[in-house]
Amino acid sequence: MLEYVVPLCMTLLGTAMLLNTLRLLKGPDMPDRVLALDTLYINGLAMIVLFGIWLASDLFFEAALLIAVMGFVSTVAVSKHLLHGDIID
Amino acid sequence: MPFWIELIVSLLLILGSVFALIGALGLYRLPDFFTRLHGPTKATTLGVGSIVIASMVFFSWRNGTPSLHELLITIFLFFTAPVSAHMMAKAAMQQKLPLNDKTQGKPWE
Amino acid sequence: MKILPHPLLTIFLTLLWLLLNNTVAFGQLLLGLFLGWVIPLLAGRFLLKVPPVCKPFKLCLFLLLILYDIVVANLHVARLVLGSPRKLRPAFVEVPMDIEDEFILTILTSIASLTPGTVSAGLSTDHRTLLLHVLDTDKPQDVAEELKTRYEAPLLEIFRCSST
Repeated sequence: MLEYVVPLCMTLLGTAMLLNTLRLLKGPDMPDRVLALDTLYINGLAMIVLFGIWLASDLFFEAALLIAVMGFVSTVAVSKHLLHGDIID
Repeated sequence: MPFWIELIVSLLLILGSVFALIGALGLYRLPDFFTRLHGPTKATTLGVGSIVIASMVFFSWRNGTPSLHELLITIFLFFTAPVSAHMMAKAAMQQKLPLNDKTQGKPWE
Repeated sequence: MKILPHPLLTIFLTLLWLLLNNTVAFGQLLLGLFLGWVIPLLAGRFLLKVPPVCKPFKLCLFLLLILYDIVVANLHVARLVLGSPRKLRPAFVEVPMDIEDEFILTILTSIASLTPGTVSAGLSTDHRTLLLHVLDTDKPQDVAEELKTRYEAPLLEIFRCSST
């Protein structure tokens, strides 16, 4: 069953990432783009986990965790930059 | 692989990707920034969380030992999603983004 | 200087290390305990003060309630997203806060973002008012009331030790 379910989920997630990219291109303002990027990296993380299930390989966990950590830090950094013009208070 | 494990993994995967898709759809079609904020913070977080838990069940069966480290990603996402949403909302309020006409009440600043 | 300043944090860090390595081997356990001992010592001055938990059982029930509400919130958002965006009635609501402790306030704002219909959008500089954005509501004041009775009151009860 999994050999059918995983490609289906990849299609759904791919559509989600496409919608995020459209919002990223469309804007219209800076916070919208940041939000789109934030969602995009979370969906990309899910895609990597799915790929790990597809290949039945444990190695993708570290990549997913790193993306989660880096994505959060960069979202907060960009938001701070929008708020104050600098990153460290 | 026993049927019921496969069933659990498949259900979690489908549920997760449908929620992720709904979050992205919300991001795409809702009218202004603050309403768009709702989709990703809620739907995408739970969606990705359940995909990661599906991976946990799958690898626990496959390696024969409990593989709990995927739980870290889920917990991390649930801690960080509200924080980044809050930061982005503050940035948006400071930039005075346009609001939907029907919004009751006013943002600060 | 105390030898073990934060025993709970030590246990938490050890568990985190074991989870990260996905093993319960004895060597990793020792390394985890060592890290859990050293990190609080080195980072001592940067750590937030966490108020003591008085009612652990109530905390567990509260966590279950939050989990249930997160699922409800997702179904709620899904229904609104798939419906017509023109019918949405978004609102900004100000909620006065009774909580003074920073840590509990952080928890409450996070919960407000994860539960049905609301995202926390701002906190006033004196920590007295929370600004919420509601996705779809008739009566914004009811949403504020619900946040106060459903989440703020139990949180205050869990972390308030003086009354018992």
